[in-house]
Amino acid sequence: MATIYIDNKPYEVKDGQNLLQACLFLGFNIPYFCWHPAMHSVGACRQCAVKQFRDEKDTRGKIVMSCMTPAADGARISIDDPEVKEFRASVIEWLMLNHPHDCPVCDEGGECHLQDMTVMTGHSYRRTRFRKRTHRNQCLGPFLNHEMNRCIQCYRCVRFYCDYAGGRDLNVFGSHHHVYFGRYEDGILENEFSGNLVEVCPTGVFTDKTLKKHYTRKWDLQTAPSVCVHCGLGCNTIPGERYGKLRRILNRYNGEVNGYFLCDRGRFGYEFVNSKERIREPLIRNKDNGALEPASEERVLGHLSNILYFGAKVIGIGSPRASLEANFALRTLVGPERFFPGISEKEHQLTSAAIEILRKGPARTPSLRDVALSDAVFILGEDVINTAPLLGLALRQSVRQKPMEMVKRLNIPLWDDAAAREVIQHEKGPLFIAATHGTKLDEIAARTYNGSPDDLARLGFAVAHALDPSAPAVPDIGEDLIPLAQSIADSLKSAGSPLIISGMSTGSEAVLHAAATIVWALCRDNGNAALSFVMNECNSIGLGLMSGGSMNGAFDLNKAFDLVEEGKVDAAIVLENDLYRREDREKAERFFERCKHVIVIDHLFNNTAAKAEVVLPAGTFAESDGTLVNNEGRAQRFYQAFVPEGGIQESWRWLRDAMTASRRPVQWQSLDHVLSAMANEMPVFRTVAEIAPPAGFRIAGQKIPRQPHRYSGRTSIHANISVHEQKPPDDSDSALSFSMEGYEGMPPAPFITRFWSPGWNSVQAVNKFHCEVGGPLHGADPGKRLMEPTVSGEISYFQKVPQAFEPRKDELLMVPLHHIFGSEELSVLSPAIAERTPKPYLAISREDAGRLQVDQESELEIVISGRTYRLRGIINPSLPRGVAGLPVLAGLEGITLPAWGRVGRKA
Amino acid sequence: MTNDIIWKLIIVFGVLFVTLNVAAGLIWLERRLLALWQDRYGPNRVGPFGLLQVLADMVKVFTKEDWIPPFADKPVFIIAPAIIVVTIITAFAVIPFAPGVEIVDLNIGLLFFLAMSSLGVYSVALGGWSSASKYSLLGGLRAAAQMLSYEVFMGLSLMGVVMLAGSFNLTDIVNAQKGLWFCIPQFLGLVVFFIAGIAETHRLPFDLPEAESELVAGFHSEYSGMKFGMFFVGEYLGITLVSALIVTLFFGGWMGPALPPIVWFTIKTFFFIGLFILLRASLPRPRYDQLMSYGWKVMLPLALLNLLVTGGIILATGR
Amino acid sequence: MFSLLRTMWNVFLHAFRKRETVLYPEVKPYIPPRWRGRIILSRDPDGEERCVACYLCAVACPVDCISLQAAEDEHGRRYPEFFRINFSRCIFCGFCEEACPTYAIQLTPDFEMGEYVRQNLVYEKEHLLISGPGKYPDYSFYRVAGLSIEGKDKGEAENEGPPVDVRDLMP
Repeated sequence: MATIYIDNKPYEVKDGQNLLQACLFLGFNIPYFCWHPAMHSVGACRQCAVKQFRDEKDTRGKIVMSCMTPAADGARISIDDPEVKEFRASVIEWLMLNHPHDCPVCDEGGECHLQDMTVMTGHSYRRTRFRKRTHRNQCLGPFLNHEMNRCIQCYRCVRFYCDYAGGRDLNVFGSHHHVYFGRYEDGILENEFSGNLVEVCPTGVFTDKTLKKHYTRKWDLQTAPSVCVHCGLGCNTIPGERYGKLRRILNRYNGEVNGYFLCDRGRFGYEFVNSKERIREPLIRNKDNGALEPASEERVLGHLSNILYFGAKVIGIGSPRASLEANFALRTLVGPERFFPGISEKEHQLTSAAIEILRKGPARTPSLRDVALSDAVFILGEDVINTAPLLGLALRQSVRQKPMEMVKRLNIPLWDDAAAREVIQHEKGPLFIAATHGTKLDEIAARTYNGSPDDLARLGFAVAHALDPSAPAVPDIGEDLIPLAQSIADSLKSAGSPLIISGMSTGSEAVLHAAATIVWALCRDNGNAALSFVMNECNSIGLGLMSGGSMNGAFDLNKAFDLVEEGKVDAAIVLENDLYRREDREKAERFFERCKHVIVIDHLFNNTAAKAEVVLPAGTFAESDGTLVNNEGRAQRFYQAFVPEGGIQESWRWLRDAMTASRRPVQWQSLDHVLSAMANEMPVFRTVAEIAPPAGFRIAGQKIPRQPHRYSGRTSIHANISVHEQKPPDDSDSALSFSMEGYEGMPPAPFITRFWSPGWNSVQAVNKFHCEVGGPLHGADPGKRLMEPTVSGEISYFQKVPQAFEPRKDELLMVPLHHIFGSEELSVLSPAIAERTPKPYLAISREDAGRLQVDQESELEIVISGRTYRLRGIINPSLPRGVAGLPVLAGLEGITLPAWGRVGRKA
Repeated sequence: MTNDIIWKLIIVFGVLFVTLNVAAGLIWLERRLLALWQDRYGPNRVGPFGLLQVLADMVKVFTKEDWIPPFADKPVFIIAPAIIVVTIITAFAVIPFAPGVEIVDLNIGLLFFLAMSSLGVYSVALGGWSSASKYSLLGGLRAAAQMLSYEVFMGLSLMGVVMLAGSFNLTDIVNAQKGLWFCIPQFLGLVVFFIAGIAETHRLPFDLPEAESELVAGFHSEYSGMKFGMFFVGEYLGITLVSALIVTLFFGGWMGPALPPIVWFTIKTFFFIGLFILLRASLPRPRYDQLMSYGWKVMLPLALLNLLVTGGIILATGR
Repeated sequence: MFSLLRTMWNVFLHAFRKRETVLYPEVKPYIPPRWRGRIILSRDPDGEERCVACYLCAVACPVDCISLQAAEDEHGRRYPEFFRINFSRCIFCGFCEEACPTYAIQLTPDFEMGEYVRQNLVYEKEHLLISGPGKYPDYSFYRVAGLSIEGKDKGEAENEGPPVDVRDLMP
């Protein structure tokens, strides 16, 4: 700890900080632009000036940039000195010289860092008589709007986009006051994290284009803490609603999970909530004409009581994209032995294996913060940028860990970003990627390897064997693999906190076993060795824990299909699941033919809902409360952002009503009742209720408001329907209220509905909510880990090493290629994401293309398990011979990969 | 004999009709006069000069919901407003409007008036108590204390008149003023009686029982509809009664030159009614303790002094 | 005591003064142009809607009686998709007019807005939008703003230089 004196008062601060961050986290307001908690200091904007004094006798002092000055022990500074105040005011006056008169039509207005800082410094009148410089804008794709006139040259955008996120197509051009931040020509910003520019840019140069289509100011958004549902990482988000429509997603800082950033899928994938495909009323199939018709809630429940009569054989098909509570309610309705997790046999196997490895083995699964701090990483069979994008962003930071040691050796403070990058240059820490195809992270990898899933597993086992000879040796190992495995093993061994990443996307259990074997081998010497599995969906782990996490595969979708086939099922309830995406099309068709009554609870009208007898409208993540368990095993609560119109209610409420209607009554009035029932029933979820305070929680007798205190239009929003104002909806499930009234101070971390602090209307207010850069939120970061490794005990390595891959003569092994935009079920319904989704194709290796005499873009005919697809072919040189990549996209779902397929040119 | 009865009945109903109408009309008159003195117009929209405003107000007050608070003592709550109207109207029975135009020529007419005005206290006290609300109760308490206090010297102040006239009979008193109106010899008595009269009718500036700035509406806070209307009319009846009494006791009753006696009586009465309204237009309300100490420490000695001097003079002159 | 009597006399003398009351429906009072009466939305000198749907009036409104939704037309101009004022809540404080950066929302000297049905006090955009510029006849926001719209390219606003050629490295 160091003691610094601010305006002659002593304060204790942590060592190794600069004055700006020390002051900000102490609660002082110093205006700044170029500093960002994740990207540190470069001293470009000259805004954060303070006066520093040599000692207590020094009265003149000197003006320094607080972001570039270490908060050394005994430092004496003044923030309120008149001279330094005048300095800051003149700096902002320069910055505002060319700023256009745009605030009323600017999407940043009301949450603009530049507005905040201008008010903070007191600049209010433009004195200059000269002309403003102007720029032409660029079209940057469906996500971002570009308005260069507003730029104040803080350089944050390029520092984030190029330096932090590894983007290449945004940069700074021009000279002196003509500098221009953009692409070299109009076009889509390629980087998967471009959406963060909305939050990084202190003014309105980069704004959210999807928000612009239904623009609402920050003060008018009703917001609630939420969790992203578009991948398995469970990033924390803040969805904002107005007039019954979801308007945007903002990042919600969680030091353990997503930190300051989100990926574009999470940020722009929200619009499925407003989709035309939403089910908004309960539907019942008309017996006469076979059409689904809207029905009242009473009629639907009456119908359900007939189908689900006591003693009926009812099965429940759960979902990895539904909350724990919804799945538990279904499990309670049908009974544990009739609850099926609703994922394919293979996925169930892999999930169970992953959970068992993480719980029974000694290796801990890291949070994303830990990932960014790993100093050696080995990715085995996963395309993280496409399957778990933010993990990729964390890995881009992890490769800086090793080179940062040089910076430390030179006594350069770690926050001195420009100097640190100067020292590091292009040095990278060890990152090894073994995947079926080339991935976007290959550019920062030390070594890469592409092979079939089995070959990847063999490489993994070879690394494990190199680390610990008692691990199984790989038979018939190729000469080329031995040095590669050895170098990977050496790097991992010498690292302080090595990390192995693997996941579901190869569809191979052997790959998981290999990854586990490596990390277990590392664990013998290094307790920090970590293992992270990338899961397919937002609640894959939660569902796996609920269905027992056992490896026997007793419960999967096939089993349910078999029961139906045998006629042992009267009715099936499908919860938030599209069976056509899970299993082969024929199996699903057969299921709907054979099952007498199918009840579907979902929010989108998909193929499964179209086949149902009864369809119940469920709330999406923005319209319901619940808990999701991310790939780390961290259970996180998401809260309802708004009350939807129509008959929509939470899945667990529908299931509760169905239970009551069919004389299986449960006393569940609120979410807390479901949580306590779940904790009683399943000990693994014992701590889930403790993630956030219960619904009865109050501060000073008040709930926490979802609406900002400046929320407008309360007496006018519904005035066109009735001039008499309605009471705001009650929320019995949480301590949040659908109102602007309530506790105005800082809420506990799980209830942060927005980042706002007096004088800080922009997202930069996040600094007031946590205590140090990258540190936890006040209190603690929300979420509770449900899985911990078993540290003591014998480690028994997996022994089964697969055979080397043998390309077949007339068939190719189809492996899945995931796409950040397009592979996820819900986000593709957002128009902006749909615009970035590629058309279906087949990627084949160069050798196979030559063999099949196929050119780029030529049309191919593919036969997989009896079905024929016509796709355009794309040559992907990174694919190994005999392996083809089949993208996971709409139109190609329901194929269990990897699978062998026949490929030929179109006849 | 039957003619007598018919004549009496005509007088009874005539007095009832006229007094009630005057009371109702006063509502309009007061608003117009207040407006006049405040440079406004007052009610001038309904009918000529807004005269039908009274009718409109009646329609309103009759059709309003007659709500009895669930926490009120119901029988008492209903009876209370009736008491004030009944006692005051009954008191009119002894007033001689003109020679022969009176309901009863009671030989203790003045005492009868005093008795009736004492009974009127029950109305506000019970009304305030039965409403079972803190403001009403406070208003009722204030009313009871105030009216009891002021009644003491109200009676005493009149004793000078009685001594001069030698009778409690009001007709005799009027007749006794043939030469000189008692306002001259009994000037002190007039002042004391006038002030006591204001307090008895709890009019401004002595309207502390219903001081709206402290007590919402005092004893009738919980009243609505016609029950409130009764209190309202009762107040104006009280003004008329006190004015009529002042005229009878101090200003020679119906006496005056040229015009018929009933006209003289009416003119004189309306002059004092106007004075009542002017008081309301011009004077602020005192504090409650000021009101009480003023009554007991100033008015009571003055009344006694008046009695003493009058008695002394009568003794000395030996009339 | 004397002061009381003097007060009464002075008040009585008011009976002979001129009355202050204006007999309103027969005599129309003079309403100053800055009177805060019925709210309107004005148009700029070119006849286009002035409102750019910035939501500042809505947030300034102390009784929250204004709601609107922003949209953008094909010319790049922002406009309110709907604009609703609930006059049964409005207190005619004029904060909306003060907040408005484009002089679009203005209060007028019209106060005769009585209705028998409260619902009729909810005014939509078609009830609010007038055809003229109201109090500020010459002001047009887009002539000042940096945003380009059809007919006004970048650099053509007041006090703006022509767009910069980024590839030009001359000092």
